[in-house]
Amino acid sequence: MDAVHALVVLTNYIIIPASAYGAQLALGALGVTLIYGILRFSNFAHGDTMAFGTAITIIVTWGLQSAGLSLGPLPTALLALPIGILATALLVLGTDRVVYRYYRDVKAKPVTLVMVSVGVMFMMNAITRFLIGVDDIKFADGTRFVISPREFKALTGLGEPLAFKTTQLITLVTAALIVIALFWFLAKTRTGKSMRAFSDNEDLALLSGIDPNRVVAITWIIAAALATTAGVLYGLDKSFKAFNYFHLLLPMFAAAILGGLGSPIGAIAGGFIIAFSEVGITYAWKKVAGYLLPNFEPEGLLQLLSTEYKFAVSFIILIAVLLFKPTGLFKGKAV
Amino acid sequence: MSFLDASDMRGGYGGADILHGCTLRVEQGKIAVIVGPNGAGKSTAMKSVFGMLKLSEGSVILDGEDITHLTPQQRVYKGMGFVPQVNNVFPTMSVEENLEMGAFIRDDDFQDTMTQVYDLFPILKEKRNQNAGELSGGQRQQVAVGRALMTKPKLLMLDEPTAGVSPIVMDELFDRIIEVARTGISILMVEQNARQALEIADTGYVLVQGANRYTDTGEALMANPEVRRTFLGG
Repeated sequence: MDAVHALVVLTNYIIIPASAYGAQLALGALGVTLIYGILRFSNFAHGDTMAFGTAITIIVTWGLQSAGLSLGPLPTALLALPIGILATALLVLGTDRVVYRYYRDVKAKPVTLVMVSVGVMFMMNAITRFLIGVDDIKFADGTRFVISPREFKALTGLGEPLAFKTTQLITLVTAALIVIALFWFLAKTRTGKSMRAFSDNEDLALLSGIDPNRVVAITWIIAAALATTAGVLYGLDKSFKAFNYFHLLLPMFAAAILGGLGSPIGAIAGGFIIAFSEVGITYAWKKVAGYLLPNFEPEGLLQLLSTEYKFAVSFIILIAVLLFKPTGLFKGKAV
Repeated sequence: MSFLDASDMRGGYGGADILHGCTLRVEQGKIAVIVGPNGAGKSTAMKSVFGMLKLSEGSVILDGEDITHLTPQQRVYKGMGFVPQVNNVFPTMSVEENLEMGAFIRDDDFQDTMTQVYDLFPILKEKRNQNAGELSGGQRQQVAVGRALMTKPKLLMLDEPTAGVSPIVMDELFDRIIEVARTGISILMVEQNARQALEIADTGYVLVQGANRYTDTGEALMANPEVRRTFLGG
């Protein structure tokens, strides 16, 4: 019985939240890795692209809510998501047209492009704050729980609660659908293959008649869709605050680099590894230990790091990867 | 008029010229080989034919059409196929996907061409689902040549196709190149292995310092004592 209790506690506090967070990071890291693979620079504006897309989605959600539209048990934001994606795609395509294209034409070094993306980051940051402000915004509506803690206890008769939020389920399902669609697109369609070819060997892709402008535009649109979806899912699961999205840049990059920059499968694996490490290391294990080791009475909470330091986990993983395995787990490009 | 007529090409990568009046001609379905010492401008000459280098003088005429001012991509549409010396495959894509990318500009059904490439290089059919980056050097060169053949080029240009492959693989590659020429495709090729390359060449060009030194049939160049002594090592 103790083992079951330990498992329930573990599922409740680590497996479910970390899986949802991991899926959100994976979607974000996929965008980072695609841009790195095809445009060949680390896009520091990705976190703020997420914030912008989410802000637009929230504004549209408010509009839908005041018009009396909803998705019943599902959050209204899902209905607003396509418009958020569209607006974000237009923003990044516009940015590419007026900013990045110039640096591509003059064949700027990747590090220059990184600095340019920092500038773009500040601009997007400002746009988002003008649009929606700096406050913490909760915009999840609909049914709150798939499995509520009280129901779970009543149903199973166990002493420990288990919560599974609707937003967590939506995150996992949406992320799975998007990842399947993206992999199908990259593996099976002519356009997807031309993107991989461009990422593999740009000169040969040009010789083969692949249009670089088209590949770049499609990459931006996909990155915008991934970023907005990741941002909205994260916001539904937790809350929206522009500053937090800027902070997500670190775990997203850690995930992309850990998986191997340019490798989509690596970005997904990286996202989950970072999420589980972050949640696992900042979790107080005392309760789980209490169930599994009855005679063990620790003095502290068995928490390796307090939650304020969760970003240190990503940072340490990032540095370790860069020092010992710069190509990442799935043989991406060396940074 | 020759199928390819690149005459009196002059130019370089900015600064000093590398080509000082180089002329290359290839007849339809024939093999022309460019040989010469290191730094003679062999690869540069071929890149100029493909438009990767701006010419200050001279012209490139393909099948009677002046293409001197076209970009490399536009030349692909005109019927040129180019196999670079290095980085000539998509390493993380399968052999079959490499061939598909070769046919990217084609809107028609290219299955026939793919079958022809597989007939020409049976090993590629066997390894069709393997990533090109995991193949041996010789197999990768076959993928590179196959990729270029997918556009059904009228002129195939090969930049040192046998660089870094074993002598056995080299002989086999040359055999395949002869087969390609027999289907009516003209071939222009730069080679380090001058002796073996001249054996299969209909025309040989010996370049020295960016200009033609000797031009003759491959056989005649092999028989020319001066060419033998200076460029073929006796």
